[in-house]
Amino acid sequence: MDRLPRWADLALVPFVSLTLAAIISALVIIAIGQDPWEAITVMVQGSVMNAYGWGYTLYYATSFIFTGLAVTVAFHAGLFNIGGEGQAQLGGLGVALACLFIPWPHWSLALIGAALGAALFGAAWAAIPAYLQAKRGSHIVITTIMFNYIAGSLMIYLLVDVLRPPGKMDPATASFPPEMHLPSFNEIPGLNAIFDTGVPANVTFFIALIMAVVVWALLWRTRLGYQIRAFGKSEPAARYAGINPTRIIMIAMLISGGMAGLMAINNVMGEAERLLGNSASGAGFIGIAVALMGRNHPVGVVLAAILFGFLFQGGAELGLWTKIPIELRTVVQGLVILFTGALDMMVRMLLVKIFALFRSNRMEAA
Amino acid sequence: MASQNGADAAFAIELKGISKAFGPVQANRDINIAVPQGTIHGIIGENGAGKSTLMSILYGFYKADAGQIFVNGQLTLIPDSQSAIRAGIGMVFQHFKLVQNFTVLENIILGVEDGPLLNTSLAKARKELERLARDYDLEVDPDALIEDLSVGHQQRVEILKALYRQAEILILDEPTGVLTPDEADHLFRILKGLKEQGKTVILITHKLREIMEATDNVSVMRRGTMVATVKTDETSPEALAELMVGRKVLLEVDKGTAKPGDVVLKVEDLRVRDEHKVERLKGVSFDIRAGEILGIAGVAGNGQTELLEALGGMIRATGKITMNGQDLPLQGKGSDGQSRRRAGIAHVPEDRHHHGLILDFTAWENIAFGYFNDPDYQKNALFMDNAAIKADTAQKMEKFDVRPPIPTLAAKSFSGGNQQKIVVAREMEQSPALLLIGQPTRGVDIGAIEFIHNQIIALRDAGAAVLLVSVELDEIMSLSDRIAVMFDGKLMGFRDPETTNERELGLLMAGMTGKEEAA
Repeated sequence: MDRLPRWADLALVPFVSLTLAAIISALVIIAIGQDPWEAITVMVQGSVMNAYGWGYTLYYATSFIFTGLAVTVAFHAGLFNIGGEGQAQLGGLGVALACLFIPWPHWSLALIGAALGAALFGAAWAAIPAYLQAKRGSHIVITTIMFNYIAGSLMIYLLVDVLRPPGKMDPATASFPPEMHLPSFNEIPGLNAIFDTGVPANVTFFIALIMAVVVWALLWRTRLGYQIRAFGKSEPAARYAGINPTRIIMIAMLISGGMAGLMAINNVMGEAERLLGNSASGAGFIGIAVALMGRNHPVGVVLAAILFGFLFQGGAELGLWTKIPIELRTVVQGLVILFTGALDMMVRMLLVKIFALFRSNRMEAA
Repeated sequence: MASQNGADAAFAIELKGISKAFGPVQANRDINIAVPQGTIHGIIGENGAGKSTLMSILYGFYKADAGQIFVNGQLTLIPDSQSAIRAGIGMVFQHFKLVQNFTVLENIILGVEDGPLLNTSLAKARKELERLARDYDLEVDPDALIEDLSVGHQQRVEILKALYRQAEILILDEPTGVLTPDEADHLFRILKGLKEQGKTVILITHKLREIMEATDNVSVMRRGTMVATVKTDETSPEALAELMVGRKVLLEVDKGTAKPGDVVLKVEDLRVRDEHKVERLKGVSFDIRAGEILGIAGVAGNGQTELLEALGGMIRATGKITMNGQDLPLQGKGSDGQSRRRAGIAHVPEDRHHHGLILDFTAWENIAFGYFNDPDYQKNALFMDNAAIKADTAQKMEKFDVRPPIPTLAAKSFSGGNQQKIVVAREMEQSPALLLIGQPTRGVDIGAIEFIHNQIIALRDAGAAVLLVSVELDEIMSLSDRIAVMFDGKLMGFRDPETTNERELGLLMAGMTGKEEAA
């Protein structure tokens, strides 16, 4: 197969995929008797045309960056970690325990402690499937999916029977002490000039960006990353080079699980300020799509996470301001995942043919 | 060569002015070739010379940018492989296209069934198969499952498939790459039989011996152009090699006598079991001295792979190996590839695609492969020094004449010979005390073979011990200072290359020996 120029590969293919997803979404909106133009206007206005919208878009994007990076790290080791959802929920537990039971004097110290807790619990939840894969050959896709369910059930048990404050009706922990409150964008000096109303986006966004850089440096600048990528590309070759498969599987999955767990400092500590049931609310799965669309590169992951943040926030606005039900946002997300992930090759091959046609025409003209 | 205008019906295939470009690469440039009916026509050239592209155009896989194809004197358009089959062209690929869990008969009729019920087609095919087997010495059990057949027999099924589709012109792409010498001989007998029945055979290969043995005429390709077409009995291997490479090539290795030093590696009673607990290496003992090449000859699959992998730290083994007087563990801690490299063992693996290289990695990433812990490759405790690795790669590429010398190019973008040079450069430039080298020139073109052979000799003369494993007997005979023959997981004995001959080694390779020698 001929290859596409780099710019087309990186920019044109996702653009065409997204356009196709948008067209089909528009058709769906027409089919339910609504105006697609109005829908897109509401979505764009409510998510990226003002500071308030950005405050939500970036809040969602923060979670997706973490879960997207989690999938990315595992992917480079040849492992498909579908367990981001469960790992993020356990990360939430780590955050809650750190915030509820340790009297931090200042939010910055609490953030470090909660981040450690989140990463530790997320990594621990990934460790069991990783061990089963490395030592027993149990397929990581199956075990991580199973661990999502186990995580969900475990959290319900803990929230209902263990962590629920006496006398409360809802399955959730007590609210964290106010000292643990993370500064939102509207509370950060400098940023508050732009964000003048309360928004959920908080300092965690910058931690997510730092993590994207860390993951990039890890994968492409360190010996460990080199070994992870080598193992992911070819296990027999890794064995030839003396790379220990068990070690790489364990380390890659621990980093991946830790990354997914870190998401909890954004939603649990930064927004809800207490641990609720189903805390990850699907962000673990969105991370798969984000990594897929971001081509398993941190830069792509950040961009894709912001796109999905836009879809999330825009979709919520739809439910608020139009007769279009909020469920349509799931449809749009599904179409975006379908076109950027599953049908990526279709678009690519089409473009390859068009480019080839272009080239031969040019050659004939010459 | 035929005139540019009219076509001659005496030619089974005539190509005129065929050109094909892939992006900036001109794979075929104004190719003219005429293949007389009822002959075996060889097409020879180095890897990447454009042989396979040309045949793919003839078989309808690629569309030529320019040029015409005449089949039996008729101008023929071949937009797809179905048209090629209709024109009487059959193709046997290097990698077979057979359904492994179908029988021979089922594979034969696949795609040319007469109707929805298979019984009639199968009965017809069975009869036809009997006739073909009789006429062409192409015996295969029609009811055997493909997965139970040897590689040689699978290839026969491919030929039968083409003949069943009434192919008059048979193209074989590198057919002997997967065959043992015996199977290859049988294949050439089959091809001669086909020729006698009036079929035309086109044989694509880069092995000179096969061309000399089997063909009537031979066309030589070099860098996308057809440089010559000659009668086989009017040329010589040396002349063909020179045409292929564009310069004089030494087919014989020119080496001085070995000056063996101390024992570097001592192997005692080495045993390996595979994952099914079958013993693949059944107690092998030998030693190699500094400045000596020990060649292991044998038919593929007799334990050579396990020997290399056990010594290279890729699989577990039992027994005892001693390197310069130091015991090396054979399992558990310290038995991995990293420990072996630290002990001074470099390893050019038999299978460069699965082991030696990571094809998606760039050349510079591959140069660091296995040596990523090398202090020269680290910037500090945390980061690797990618710039240093790239500079080192550029140097090694220049020394080993890797083309193109671009460290940032993906390994998969290099030709087979250049890929092998990257692996060989990486391993040899570590100045190892012991070099394990398996199939050093498999799928490598003549120019590169000469180069790699010279490098092996140079390493030996610099005082390294070399363990050479190859299924090419010529290679073993010309490079080794001592030859051991392996059969069924055991060494059948040691021979001196000066006094032994192919016949004696061939018998040992088949497991026949009068006297067992103590190792």
